[in-house]
Amino acid sequence: MSIMEIIGSIFIIIGSIFLFLGGLGIYRMPDIYNRLQAGTKATTLGAMSLILGVGFLEPSWMLKALIIIIFIAFSNPISSHALARANYKRKHFPVILSDDKENMDAYREVIEQEDKEVKS
Amino acid sequence: MTYIIYIALVFMALGLMLAFIRFIKGPSAGDRTVALDTLTTIGTAALVFLGFLFQRFIYIDVALVYGVLGFIGVIVIARYLEGAL
Amino acid sequence: MIYFVLIAFLLLLMIAAAIYSISQKDLLYATLATGIISLVLSILFYLLQAPDVALTEAAIGVALTTIIFLITIRNTVRFENDEDNFKSEVK
Repeated sequence: MSIMEIIGSIFIIIGSIFLFLGGLGIYRMPDIYNRLQAGTKATTLGAMSLILGVGFLEPSWMLKALIIIIFIAFSNPISSHALARANYKRKHFPVILSDDKENMDAYREVIEQEDKEVKS
Repeated sequence: MTYIIYIALVFMALGLMLAFIRFIKGPSAGDRTVALDTLTTIGTAALVFLGFLFQRFIYIDVALVYGVLGFIGVIVIARYLEGAL
Repeated sequence: MIYFVLIAFLLLLMIAAAIYSISQKDLLYATLATGIISLVLSILFYLLQAPDVALTEAAIGVALTTIIFLITIRNTVRFENDEDNFKSEVK
């Protein structure tokens, strides 16, 4: 095995393990925001690492692999942000275990203020 | 090299299965949409990896289309849940 | 050998999503299940050496079908209710 194959194999193993961890986080986490965190961040890292590993194994595919990585790096945070905002506006508020409740969830005041303005 | 291919395929299949179980169980619509987003990203990575297994360069285009278009459906569903479609 | 196991796994996943989609009363969840069917069907076409069909399926199934169904749900009702439909037909 050459050095490129070893590097590519390590990237592919790391990527597939992170994809599995993303699925496990989707299954195990208790709250919708925790699920969003696990299912988007871990999966983004896993997909980028695996595609980069394929690019190392086949060096002539590297350009198209980089294009796919760039698209994933743009599109996954956009969809994650849209989902989190939609869930917050549907009033699925996150469960806060800390004592400092007002500073931990500052966006709730904005939502409640908007509700008052709509009602009045 | 063969074992690496087996390990990667088994891990990706397990990730697909766990996200699909969450899709079936998920109590609210947001959970199901998050599961759909995760399934789309795992599917894109799986398409690239299967294209490497078949050794065909043209197969990468399918993954490219999926990476470009995959998030539009999730954004439209999020706008619908928000009430602003 | 590994390809047959993979095809069997994907077929089971697709059939489970299809059964969930036709047995669900909430039409939004049925639309989401249609997206999963399209994803798995695209990977299956890919495994069966038909990349052009997989390309079309990915482009149409993931974006166009979801958007059209969601606009339809937005303009009609989200929950399917058997009794109301039955009453309206009788009257």
